[in-house]
Amino acid sequence: MNDFAHLLDRLAYEPRRNAKLRLLQDFFAGTPDPERGWALAAMTGGLTFREAKPALIRALVEERVDPVLFSLSHNYVGDLAETTALIWPGPEQDPPPSAREGSPGLGHNNPPPSVPTLAEVVETLATTPKRALPQYLTRWLDALDETGRWALLKLVTGNLRVGVSARLAKTAVGALGGHEADAVEEVWHGLKPPYTELFAWVEGRGERPESRNPAPFRPPMLSHPVEEFEDLDKLEPEAFSAEWKWDGIRVQLAGGRDNQGRQVQKIYSRTGEDISDAFPDLAEAITFDGAIDGELLILREGRVQSFNVLQQRLNRKAVTGKLLDEFPAHVRAYDVLSAEGEDLRGLPFAERRPRLEALVRRLDHARIDLSPLVPFATWDDVAAARADPASAGAGADADAIEGVMLKRLNSPYLPGRPKGPWWKWKREPYVVDAVMMYAQRGHGKRSSFYSDYTFGCWRESAEGEELVPVGKAYHGFTDAELQKLDRYVRNHTTKRFGPVREVAYGRDAGLVLEIAFEGVQRSTRHKSGVAMRFPRVSRIRWDKPAAEADRVEVLERILARGEREVAPGAAMEASE
Amino acid sequence: MSQRASDLLTLTREGLYCPLGRFHVDPTRPVERALITHGHADHARAGHSTVLATPETLRIMAVRYGEDFCRSRQEARLGEWMRIGDVTVFFAPAGHVLGSAQIAIEREGQRIVVSGDYKRAPDPTCLPFEVVPCDVFITEATFGLPVFRHPDTRGEVRKLIESVTLFPERAHIVGAYALGKAQRVMALLREEGWDRPIHLHGAMEKLTELYKREGVPLGETPKVVAADRKDLHGAIVLCPPSSIQDLWSRKFPDPVTAFASGWMRVRARARQKGVELPLVISDHSDWPDLCRTIRDTGAEEVWVTHGQEDALVHWCGTQGIRAKPLHLLGYGDDGEAEPDPGQDPKMEEASA
Repeated sequence: MNDFAHLLDRLAYEPRRNAKLRLLQDFFAGTPDPERGWALAAMTGGLTFREAKPALIRALVEERVDPVLFSLSHNYVGDLAETTALIWPGPEQDPPPSAREGSPGLGHNNPPPSVPTLAEVVETLATTPKRALPQYLTRWLDALDETGRWALLKLVTGNLRVGVSARLAKTAVGALGGHEADAVEEVWHGLKPPYTELFAWVEGRGERPESRNPAPFRPPMLSHPVEEFEDLDKLEPEAFSAEWKWDGIRVQLAGGRDNQGRQVQKIYSRTGEDISDAFPDLAEAITFDGAIDGELLILREGRVQSFNVLQQRLNRKAVTGKLLDEFPAHVRAYDVLSAEGEDLRGLPFAERRPRLEALVRRLDHARIDLSPLVPFATWDDVAAARADPASAGAGADADAIEGVMLKRLNSPYLPGRPKGPWWKWKREPYVVDAVMMYAQRGHGKRSSFYSDYTFGCWRESAEGEELVPVGKAYHGFTDAELQKLDRYVRNHTTKRFGPVREVAYGRDAGLVLEIAFEGVQRSTRHKSGVAMRFPRVSRIRWDKPAAEADRVEVLERILARGEREVAPGAAMEASE
Repeated sequence: MSQRASDLLTLTREGLYCPLGRFHVDPTRPVERALITHGHADHARAGHSTVLATPETLRIMAVRYGEDFCRSRQEARLGEWMRIGDVTVFFAPAGHVLGSAQIAIEREGQRIVVSGDYKRAPDPTCLPFEVVPCDVFITEATFGLPVFRHPDTRGEVRKLIESVTLFPERAHIVGAYALGKAQRVMALLREEGWDRPIHLHGAMEKLTELYKREGVPLGETPKVVAADRKDLHGAIVLCPPSSIQDLWSRKFPDPVTAFASGWMRVRARARQKGVELPLVISDHSDWPDLCRTIRDTGAEEVWVTHGQEDALVHWCGTQGIRAKPLHLLGYGDDGEAEPDPGQDPKMEEASA
């Protein structure tokens, strides 16, 4: 476990992809099975066990450390796992001299608790009843060094983020035997931790693991924002196809027959996570042998609902009949990756598209339809469609459109994010000018900076004009701007509430932030009754007086537009 | 006892002031008479009329500010009582940097010790901290949270040497405060057997020469010549923390960015500065040593000057020791967040 922890520690400080890859390769090459396989599972999100709640960790540490000191430390460090790891009285800390003298024979002469392996930790977590967890955790924390404690706590709380993607980890495994990451991806879904067959194969000691999964995940093809390509005019419009970019979740529908002849129905997320169980209504539509790339959307009465509506389904843990009725899941198909056992990814888009159309037609299922192409002759046509999808063929579904996708007609389906064949051209975000009201210290990299800002817009109230909070943003600014914002907060603080500061705001005081966002939804948490989607600071308006910031009504108008979607049941008539 | 501690030492706009002796300790603005604990810029400022400090601190101030940094200077000899006005004072080693001292102020059997910045960990470049029993102990709290437990410096320096072994093609740029930390890192490198030259940023040169003149052996420490930077494969280069991310350091061959500071104990701090090789080496006391020192002095009352006062004041409370924060401005930062190294080069060393 300490070795794995030290790997994570080094990875966390290493910004270079190649150096990370190198560290991973060294680790995989030098660590025996099954330890390295569990490490791979930890890095690829393949571990399932009952996670420890932060409250449990807190309780354990407060048995040993003054709660006030712990809370001050946590507030300072900004991360529960790290604070606990640093503050835990560990084996490296000598007992104070008085304790040593006062209790001869104790302390040093006791055998140190044995350092657990990652395999031991993972296997114990998977089989241990909840009530025994504190006891194991305590024993491990006592045995591990500071870095080991940090990694253990990140792992058990389900927060193991180390700046390594699953993809990079698979790349490193593949590289042990000169295989590309995609070769690993292809066999991946038939495998289980601790992946001993996989390591045996890449190291040339075993057969290639047969994908026993008749409906495997295939790594999706991703696009680059068109803004990265400065001059659209340099691209020839006739080489591209255009279609809508739908505002749902990107999924892959995969179907096939297992060796008993049963139909296998799988829905994968963009990252290869199997989400079939969350969408049984859609999974049962997978009656084909092949794989479709598309967007998961909620359709009611044939109309695509906004992301707000989809969100309501995604937020529910239990999949009930009522949920399925109210939020029926559909897929709007973008592409076909395989059909009837034939891998189509090598074909150009212009040939895949007719194959897709034929497949969707043959399926003739209400839950799966085609994402229509957007006809155009010039880039200006595309720009016009992007600006006003409703008039360019999207009609009533326009509010569920995020922008336009441009796909090169002659490009094969390439896993990953190759630059050139696919471009996304998102719609302009909404913007409002709002006034900073509160600031909170950030976490992680920003834990000493006031980097999370709550901002408000103007509203009429009984006492006259007032600012009410409408949202919170913590990105969109550069590090240099963050330093300025942080200084602004410190110099304009009016009240402090723990890690939160209230800053001066009002008609004659306050900093205006231009906030960009993707939409508005109703909120019971905000006093204003509205909340923004993906709000971020798009500009800092040092120049603008707070009195000239926007009003809440601006947001309410945007909300009213988004709510024209068809609501389930009785509400239907009202909205029509 | 009719005399109260506040008669002996009080707080003014300029900082700590002894009305009975009519002098300030480490004042942040020019005053008539200043007693200085050590040479870091936030404690030792230019422009006072009279300065009383250890000979080393006086020489450090002369190197930094010029020979005319004050009108008249007076040397304090460690452990020797001096009468100033109605009080007696003496200086005792603080173990922070070369010449650093605590200042004890006494009258009618009551003693206050102003510790300045101090550490208990061994340091080959200065005298070790001496416990001075007292009634009121004035302590810093730069690392005044129990998450701060500084590791053995040898391990940290070995980490640096191992990285050079692992990446012999890459220059290792080590950010270190120009006074104290830099020379300590050099001395520790020598102790660990690093006998190749240690390259210095220009800003390190004068103080390093001073340390050598004071008898601290640091070996060969050439100044980096701009044109030669690209050839310094596998070299260890010391520079001020503000230089580790600027263009100056980018001209070295594929540099590894290291930073020697107690702050490196917290991951977020290291990442904020873009540090790839954090070296937890501090010239301040860590939490266990702050607590130990307070107990060792036997003080009934503790005043906390700067850093993470809240936690230390709370801890004193749990030990039955009266304690209060002084909220001294001008040392480090506003006391709530850590000093912001890199903003103002003069302030950087406040957080060494």
